Amino acid sequence: MGHSEKASKFVANSERMHWHDKALWFVREKRDLAAHQLDEWEELRRVASEIKSHTMDRLDYYLEEFEKNAKQKGLHIHWARDAREHNEIVLNLLLAHGAKRVVKSKSMLTEECHLNPFLEKNNIEIVDTDLGERIVQLRREAPSHIVLPAIHLKKEEVGKTFEEFLNTQKDNCDPTYLTREARKHLREKFLTADASITGVNFAIAQTGGVVVCTNEGNADIGTSLPKLHIASMGIEKIIPRLEDLSIFTRLLARSATGQPITTYTSHFHAPIEGGELHIIIVDNGRSDILSNSDFKESLHCIRCGACLNTCPVYRRSGGYSYGYIIPGPIGSTLGASRDLQANKTLPFACTLCASCSNVCPSKIGLHNQLYKHRQNVVKAGLLGAKKRAILKVTAWVMKHPLLFDFMGLVVRKIVPILPRSIVYSKANVWGRNRELPKFPKKSFKELYKERIK
Amino acid sequence: MKIGLFIPCFMNELYPEASMATLRVLENLGLDVEYPMNQTCCGQPMANSGCYHKAKELAKRFLKIFKDYDYIVAPSGSCVAMVRVNYAQFLEGEEGFEQIKNNTYELVEFLHDVIKPTTMSVSFPYRVGIHNSCHGHRELGMASMSERNLPEFSKIKKILSLVNDIEFVTLRRNDECCGFGGIFSVTEEAVSVAMGIDRVNDHLNAKAEVITGIDMSCLMHMQGIIDRQKLPIKTMHIAQILAGDYDGTL
Repeated sequence: MGHSEKASKFVANSERMHWHDKALWFVREKRDLAAHQLDEWEELRRVASEIKSHTMDRLDYYLEEFEKNAKQKGLHIHWARDAREHNEIVLNLLLAHGAKRVVKSKSMLTEECHLNPFLEKNNIEIVDTDLGERIVQLRREAPSHIVLPAIHLKKEEVGKTFEEFLNTQKDNCDPTYLTREARKHLREKFLTADASITGVNFAIAQTGGVVVCTNEGNADIGTSLPKLHIASMGIEKIIPRLEDLSIFTRLLARSATGQPITTYTSHFHAPIEGGELHIIIVDNGRSDILSNSDFKESLHCIRCGACLNTCPVYRRSGGYSYGYIIPGPIGSTLGASRDLQANKTLPFACTLCASCSNVCPSKIGLHNQLYKHRQNVVKAGLLGAKKRAILKVTAWVMKHPLLFDFMGLVVRKIVPILPRSIVYSKANVWGRNRELPKFPKKSFKELYKERIK
Repeated sequence: MKIGLFIPCFMNELYPEASMATLRVLENLGLDVEYPMNQTCCGQPMANSGCYHKAKELAKRFLKIFKDYDYIVAPSGSCVAMVRVNYAQFLEGEEGFEQIKNNTYELVEFLHDVIKPTTMSVSFPYRVGIHNSCHGHRELGMASMSERNLPEFSKIKKILSLVNDIEFVTLRRNDECCGFGGIFSVTEEAVSVAMGIDRVNDHLNAKAEVITGIDMSCLMHMQGIIDRQKLPIKTMHIAQILAGDYDGTL
């Protein structure tokens, strides 16, 4: 099932769809307010984009510099070519430390690698500690948004889930009550965890340390107690210098939620006392994207989610309609880059409105990428035969102006005299919920000719 | 100054009045306008569907037909964006491409940037909601966009403000997409219609009597919804307001 079919199911529940749209639009408006308070906003975006371009062009150099500096600080560096290698490195580290329970803060990379099911299969309990992620984990769902993983759920549904798994009071869906219960539940997990896993927002080549941004402090408490901390990062998370960091932290939280900065911006430059800090640097298809000039900019993404919040299609179709780990505009381009066949409808789940490209803090030309992906879909023969045929015939007609005039004339004469049941038959997708325009007697060209006579 | 009038293919067939209004707006300003008879389609539907070769053939055709005009003017932000922004991939380096790239304008943009009229002797005594269609808005820069932190402006509002008796409404979402999106309107019918309904409702709630804009395609989509749901509002291409097509009744 492609995006369109899944989206139409989401749209069918108009009340919920509008609730979803409004919730995300609210976040988008908060972001606008925050962005408009900084006179230097556009300058920040420009600099961020340039730092990313520079870094991606010298990624080999900066990755090695990062490794060298991290090792000097006593950090362990691992390289993973793909998801399988990443998951095995994690498992081996956990086994070597005899870890049975792991707490994990938010990381889209571990979602991408499907780490949770892999560890569960190997009898390791993995607990997502971000509240939204914990909710979807209990429900055995995937995040539907990269910053707001449970945005598709209403508080009543969260209440039901907690009733089932955390034994909360029946029908109590008061957010404060539920949050306190979640905190109690997670505290026990934090206190008894043998290891922690975090994602990485930024890895600083110059200092050899990583930075993790959260609002709940779950990464901090998670990494403070167990002796083993594993941080997983994609190769694109590198920034050159410490002084570059502030550009991104200023953009990240404002773009994501409209906050000036995330509540916790934690720097990890050494393991805790008597502990070990392991960093896994993962490629998993990123080098391929890097080598494609049309799409390499998508590696500039700092996972703020602003393009999801602004996307009029995402807001009305929900995260699951995309069928890829990351939904919305950024997910559509990354998904199409990774596996065009599996994600062939995603470049078309877009009106090319360009809001995403203008909201993006690192200035990724997202809509241009989706436009380019469409050409690749056609090139790969993945556009449906019917669509291809229609476009081919239309293009042919358009090369013959007399034929175009004639066909226009025929349609304008015939459609108005046909019975409504035929004009609005099943084949008329436009007419399902919309009237056709009123067909005029004469085309502009006919009127123009009469005028100059 | 010789102006080549570029009328989008679907407008030629379905919206002769808005097309004629475009011609009259230009002629009323004393401009020398010609409609090249063998023009058809700029190739945008093919390009947006990913059909590179078909789009390229039509882009080449467009270049041949229009390259000798001083200016090319069209009543569509979307088709103009196709020429100015998307043609580069098909025509870069071709003789005459720079000429059409630099001199193709959307109607309101042409008035605002090139002709700069200070009065318009027409009246439109209605409450109007402006639909900022995406390609004109974000690709051509017809107005400041809500995403960016740049000084506020609107070429559309500035030109419409020259019309007597006109009143503007304030929308809650000033520049959200209406969901037309070309082939999107059919391949993603459900989302497309949902977006269109939301857009029309924003104008209705703001008590607009007329939704106007520079792109007939967006207006056609919204009018289709208005007609099906029998809503008390109507769409009108901006050229028809500027040409004074208003006949006393809506």
